Amino acid sequence: MEALGLNMGFEETELRLGLPGNRVLSEGEGARKRGFSETVDLKLNLSSKDTSEKVKSFQKEKNPLPRATDPPAKPPAKTQVVGWPPVRSFRKNMLGVVQKSSGEESDMAGGNNAAFVKVSMDGAPYLRKVDLRMYNTYQDLYHALGKMFSSFTIGNCGSQGMKDFMNESKLMDLLNGSDYVPTYEDKDGDWMLVGDVPWGMFVESCKRLRIVKGTEAIGLAPRAMEKCKNRR
Amino acid sequence: MSEDDDRSPPLDLRCGAAPSINRARNCSGEAVSGSGSSTSSSIPASVPVTVTEYQSQYPDQVLEIVLENVLQFLTSRRDRNAASLVCKSWWRAEALTRSELFIGNCYAVSPDRARGRFRRVRSVVLKGKPRFADFNLMPPDWGAHFGPWVCVLANAYPWLEKVYLKRMSITDDDLALLAESFSGFKELTLVCCEGFGTCGLAFIASKCRQLRVLDLIETEVTDDEVDWISLFPEGETCLESLIFDCVDCAINFEALEKLVARSPFLRKLRLNRHVSIRQLYRLMVRAPQLTHLGTGKYGPSEVAQRQGDTEPDYIAAFAACKSLVCLSGFREITPDYLSAIYPVCANLTSLNFSYATITADQLKPVICNCHKLQIFWALDSICDEGLQAVAATCKELRELRVFPMNAQEDVEGPVSEVGLQAISEGCRKLQSILYFCQRMTNAAVIAMSSNCLELEVFRLCIMGRHRPDHATGEPMDEGFGAIVRNCRKLTRLAVSGLLTDRAFGYIGKYGKLIRTLSVAFAGDSDMGLKYVLEGCPKLQKLEIRDSPFGDAALRSGLHHYYNMRFLWMSSCRLTRQGCQEIAQAMPRLVVEVIRSDDEEETDNYVETLYMYRSLEGPRHDAPKFVTILR
Repeated sequence: MEALGLNMGFEETELRLGLPGNRVLSEGEGARKRGFSETVDLKLNLSSKDTSEKVKSFQKEKNPLPRATDPPAKPPAKTQVVGWPPVRSFRKNMLGVVQKSSGEESDMAGGNNAAFVKVSMDGAPYLRKVDLRMYNTYQDLYHALGKMFSSFTIGNCGSQGMKDFMNESKLMDLLNGSDYVPTYEDKDGDWMLVGDVPWGMFVESCKRLRIVKGTEAIGLAPRAMEKCKNRR
Repeated sequence: MSEDDDRSPPLDLRCGAAPSINRARNCSGEAVSGSGSSTSSSIPASVPVTVTEYQSQYPDQVLEIVLENVLQFLTSRRDRNAASLVCKSWWRAEALTRSELFIGNCYAVSPDRARGRFRRVRSVVLKGKPRFADFNLMPPDWGAHFGPWVCVLANAYPWLEKVYLKRMSITDDDLALLAESFSGFKELTLVCCEGFGTCGLAFIASKCRQLRVLDLIETEVTDDEVDWISLFPEGETCLESLIFDCVDCAINFEALEKLVARSPFLRKLRLNRHVSIRQLYRLMVRAPQLTHLGTGKYGPSEVAQRQGDTEPDYIAAFAACKSLVCLSGFREITPDYLSAIYPVCANLTSLNFSYATITADQLKPVICNCHKLQIFWALDSICDEGLQAVAATCKELRELRVFPMNAQEDVEGPVSEVGLQAISEGCRKLQSILYFCQRMTNAAVIAMSSNCLELEVFRLCIMGRHRPDHATGEPMDEGFGAIVRNCRKLTRLAVSGLLTDRAFGYIGKYGKLIRTLSVAFAGDSDMGLKYVLEGCPKLQKLEIRDSPFGDAALRSGLHHYYNMRFLWMSSCRLTRQGCQEIAQAMPRLVVEVIRSDDEEETDNYVETLYMYRSLEGPRHDAPKFVTILR
């Protein structure tokens, strides 16, 4: 320790062969147990760079706890700890102060695996949001969309109507009518018909959903199929 | 009250109940009240009487009636809880007459159970996540879903008028259901909630025709690009309060202006930062009757400055608001414009500058006029000097909050013990303080304890962990000890700085009224927590992080946990076995062990323990990272 030129009362960090807690205590409580994490941290105190890499979301840095009788040593540069000081990130963001500790930003999507996309429907006053990862098949999605927008549909686009889009020939039939058709915007920014690609691929590439009147969607069908051919 | 509903509303006992009850007694002596069956023809025909399933079989009808009539005057839920414990008949009467339902922990009781006991509820308060969730100490999707509640409320209480939610997870669908289910819905207040967007607001705005209050406070609202403001009903509205400063989305200003113009009862308006100061002017001109105003962006736009437009007369606009008592907002502030508020300073009782990066010199000309100020929130950019100015003028101050502009450790802070001391000397009526600082001394805290004897809430956050008294190098034990010893009304305490078990000894010995205690990076050993659990009989909410308290300490609270709302302990020295013991010893306690990720704990210690009393046992909606111990 001396070799580093530090004279900051770091007795606690000395590695010893004895059991931890094997020292005189001010409160006379007897040897208190020190946790594993603490002894590890005492070692790491000297190189705070290592500790900073270990701090990830929701994993708190376990701090060395100085005792009351120690002389007030200047602590080493501390890494930011999650949730400390207890100021709501909301308040920090409002000020635009740029000092985010790791994991500070709250994830509005509600978890790492959510895939929220906006769903709009022609003629409906509101947008909705769906988490595509909640569904496993196009059927599930149509069912959910049908329920969501059932109060707005004028045509006969209930969940049954949407299920018909699974069937390509029926799709063409319906497209001639004024039914609603679900379309989506993919990663390339193109508007495609929903249902052409395997579900997994769809979830990966869908950025936004739009339910359009059937007549408007006719132009999409050939493009969609061509694009898929190119991909496959 | 004639509703086109086959379920008629209950007799409103508040409207001159006594005389009508006498009239309603029929010949057989059977009393007719809201809870009995109706047979008498002496009941006024226009008032339908509910035929409920409860048929009183007790002979002492007089007592029942008197009870119900008297109980309606009991509004405090604590009084009502006490009354309900007297005997079964009091329990029944109280359950029928309680109209305000308060549920401090949404998992302590199920919606069905609440509905089963309380039949005529008009107002619901529901609180979800523990407070430390605000500081990212809890993974998202932990729970506190409003969904299950709103479904039950929709069926059980069609006359529900008010909903207040704090730290709940709410979806757009929940808000849609709420908006559709209660035709007389009047007040929605959402504090620290999340999970929905402007879609949800659109439902509320368009369907709640009787809406008086829509208050969104520190709530996250996603931008669904929906123009919710324009969906309020046409014609005159009932709006009294519209608070949306936390909704960080662009707003259709024309629609907002029209809304304000047709809301003659509007008293409280808090705008978000997308509303410019020029737009604010137009709104103020429309609504000079406002009592609470939260500005948006408080400074000229660059465009206006370049064009050299003439500025509206902001001073006149403020002067015209003769009833203004509460000001807030001031986002992205241009301090020169502060002079516009001078006309209202003398009347202000509440001033919130906590988003305004102003200096002491910029504060002084404002604050020196605020003689009536009772609530003051600010950033520490005002420095000790600014606090001294507050202390010199604001003799009526009840609540002070000083937030950090730069919430980091190991930086120089602009406020210190000097500011605290000044406040303690100048503001002797202080009841509540939240003070963030980088350095503090015991002397200043002791001074506050002897000067401010009305203190009920003392929350001091010395941002450097384990930081001792700045002047003496000693722990902060004596300062906090003095607070609990001298401030006999103290109910809420948050400690910080270097603290030994001694500080907790003081808290246990003197903090007999403390209900909420927050501890972080403090204490030496299990004794610290033991002192508190054994010494504080009124303790309800205990939140602890990063402190060396272990299983033995946890055991010492077994006698008290059923009296508490919750206990939170994160990054302490608890083992799984220790928590398990508690779970086994106390069947009505839900003991949750929360991990930060899906991996099993590699450590010996439990990362987070969150436990709370509950009538329902383990919840069924716990996510994967929560383990409920049995």
